[in-house]
Amino acid sequence: MRSVIDIKDLSKEEIKELVSVAEDIISNPDKYCEKCKGKKLATLFFEPSTRTRLSFEAAMYELGGNVLSMSDSASSSASKGESVADTAKVISCYADIIAMRHPKEGAPLVAALNSNIPVINAGDGGHNHPTQTLADLLTIHREKGRFDNLTVGVCGDLKFGRTVHSLISALSRYENIKFVLISPDELKVPGYVKNIIKDKNLEYVQTNDLVSVMPELDILYMTRVQRERFFNEEDYLRLKDSYILTPEKLVTAKPDLCIMHPLPRVNEISVAVDNDSRACYFDQVLNGKYMRMALILKLLGVE
Amino acid sequence: MNIDSIKNGIVIDHIEAGKGMEIFNLLNLDSLECAVAIIKNASSNKMGKKDIIKIDDAIDLDMDILGFVSPAATVDIIRDGELVEKRKMSLPEKLVNVIYCKNPRCISSCEQELPHIFKLTSESGREYRCIYCETKGK
Repeated sequence: MRSVIDIKDLSKEEIKELVSVAEDIISNPDKYCEKCKGKKLATLFFEPSTRTRLSFEAAMYELGGNVLSMSDSASSSASKGESVADTAKVISCYADIIAMRHPKEGAPLVAALNSNIPVINAGDGGHNHPTQTLADLLTIHREKGRFDNLTVGVCGDLKFGRTVHSLISALSRYENIKFVLISPDELKVPGYVKNIIKDKNLEYVQTNDLVSVMPELDILYMTRVQRERFFNEEDYLRLKDSYILTPEKLVTAKPDLCIMHPLPRVNEISVAVDNDSRACYFDQVLNGKYMRMALILKLLGVE
Repeated sequence: MNIDSIKNGIVIDHIEAGKGMEIFNLLNLDSLECAVAIIKNASSNKMGKKDIIKIDDAIDLDMDILGFVSPAATVDIIRDGELVEKRKMSLPEKLVNVIYCKNPRCISSCEQELPHIFKLTSESGREYRCIYCETKGK
């Protein structure tokens, strides 16, 4: 059974196809409103995330399907000690497709290996978040019309920021991408992510100065320093305000810069930036729903 | 030093010196009823020093463990006192419960009876990564 655990589970051709379906959904929503009639999506969220869960659920409802929702692990069998493998086997009996978020890295893979219905990774700890990446890719495609020849700045928590890891992994497959990795020393990208860039012989620079690299960026992907990824509160407090994007810092940026953020933001993008025509982060949210619709259709084999 | 030659069994030769006991333990050879000999620091023209394990029975060996711990090792299959086959090791594509993921954020740190599986990600660097969290195996 086909599942999507990592963005690399989807080929470049499949991403192109998903983008094309999503753009068709945007243009012709009525055509899709009954495509998943009679199908059920189970959203299994072992970690709080209202936003991603609602996006999946809205996606399924807009396809005419139904939703079984588990949003509080404290009230589920997981709190009684049930394994992820067993949970996946049980939910497979009720639903046609699973979207799972879990605080432990690799939990959705365990679910996929133990279920006979497709599993979509809706975020596993600090590891992967492929549907956020699909949202990011649709946003880039709609803003730039291409996935190649781009200088992509990623800024903030590059160590635990799973959205960044997945995005780098996805964009590394395209030609002439340059990554500018902007973070404090303590939150640099992990070695395995850097290896992805190196393996593709793509150019990259690591810096902790956002302002100095601003003029060369086509895309600026901001991230939040996430409290829940730290074992030590002191480290979190020391690093949380490392980068805050303000209109002043954008003065030297390109006029067609695309500013992205997976949201929620805390204070890393000043509200004053929201009115800038280059701010694309709320479009990203909507694009996420369309890409999730396209992915659900694909994994359920609905034409 | 003399170790009786074996009639039907296996000789694991060219083990990197010092790795013999590790292989003995990982292959659970202490549970065998038959005679098992470990020779440490035997002299070797090619390697200088090497370890050798002789097993006086034709058991099934986990070649993946052997290939991972000592890729230069060879396995000689002895039948009726004759060498009938010589197998060379290579780095296995996958390791199951040979090394364990140390990442406290990995699902393998808490999921009951979940096998610890590592995949070979770089042959030249002998690098394995956990299939669940992609942490490098040590």
